[in-house]
Amino acid sequence: MNDTGYLLLVFLVMTVATFITRLIPFVAFRDRGDHPLLMYLGRYMPPAIMTLLVLYSLKSLDLTQAPYGINELLALLLTSVLHLWRGNALLSIFAGTLFYMAAIQLGWFV
Amino acid sequence: MSTMGAAFRASVPVMFGYVPLGMAFGILFQNLGYAWYYAPLMGLTVYAGAAQFMAVGLLAAQASLFEVAISTFILNSRHMFFGVSLLSRYRARGLKKLYLIFGLTDETYSLITSTHPPDGHDEQNYYLALTALNQGYWVIGCALGALFGASVQFDTSGMDFALTALFMVLMLEQWKKLREPYPFGVALLCGLMALWLFREQMLLVSIGLSIALLLLRTRIRQVAS
Repeated sequence: MNDTGYLLLVFLVMTVATFITRLIPFVAFRDRGDHPLLMYLGRYMPPAIMTLLVLYSLKSLDLTQAPYGINELLALLLTSVLHLWRGNALLSIFAGTLFYMAAIQLGWFV
Repeated sequence: MSTMGAAFRASVPVMFGYVPLGMAFGILFQNLGYAWYYAPLMGLTVYAGAAQFMAVGLLAAQASLFEVAISTFILNSRHMFFGVSLLSRYRARGLKKLYLIFGLTDETYSLITSTHPPDGHDEQNYYLALTALNQGYWVIGCALGALFGASVQFDTSGMDFALTALFMVLMLEQWKKLREPYPFGVALLCGLMALWLFREQMLLVSIGLSIALLLLRTRIRQVAS
């Protein structure tokens, strides 16, 4: 098998495997979307998953080494305070991200 | 504002996360020695960030297709949980619905469950626009990284913090809507526990455990009443 053939087969296998993981609940619970338990999960899972994604996106952070996550903590504080104050998602995210980029690229807290 | 315009506005933070991340993938992929256009092709077909990064290692090692299938499935199995909470939200049919399911990444899930189209606009079209825009950002990032990776002058390090900030903002939006501490507290505990004990499969473990604890609460309430 030539190299490109192998690459395309890997793409195909990964496309199918990924799609199946996303498709399973829609097939397994077809026509049962209005079941009370599933309605309940539809209401309470998004807040739980959003909380988990915040933690997950910080997964590679090492709190035992300097600067002990201070950049992330301050950037998230800035994002949250701005968001609770002004309620403008784009503004909060841009300010937090710009602050974070400046802090790590200029080494404000090393 | 048009439906597409509203979706674009909501998805700008994902653009700032996906373009640099896609570029990082494109640069890594180029080390394998394939033509540049295979990187965006992978973003178009596989469309799963973490799995694409993992694939670079598998491709370099000439892993068997069976191994590729199993590791992709395990890495992405957390996506199974996403659909459970979208069953009543995804009302589109046919190809549109298949595309919504195909494009269901962490970030797309977050925007779909936490933002709304402007009044009078069709929700399903808004979801489709969000899904397609996000995939577009990812594919463009993969292409840019594979094409120009080494020669980029602008330092993008830290730009992918936009995704962390996006999740934070959407979590606050969820809080404003719900104002019940239980799901947030459960997730925080499960998440920290999973980070500590199961770092590699953190999301799968913590989402599964959170769902179990959420379901346990309704069960206790039913029994109590």
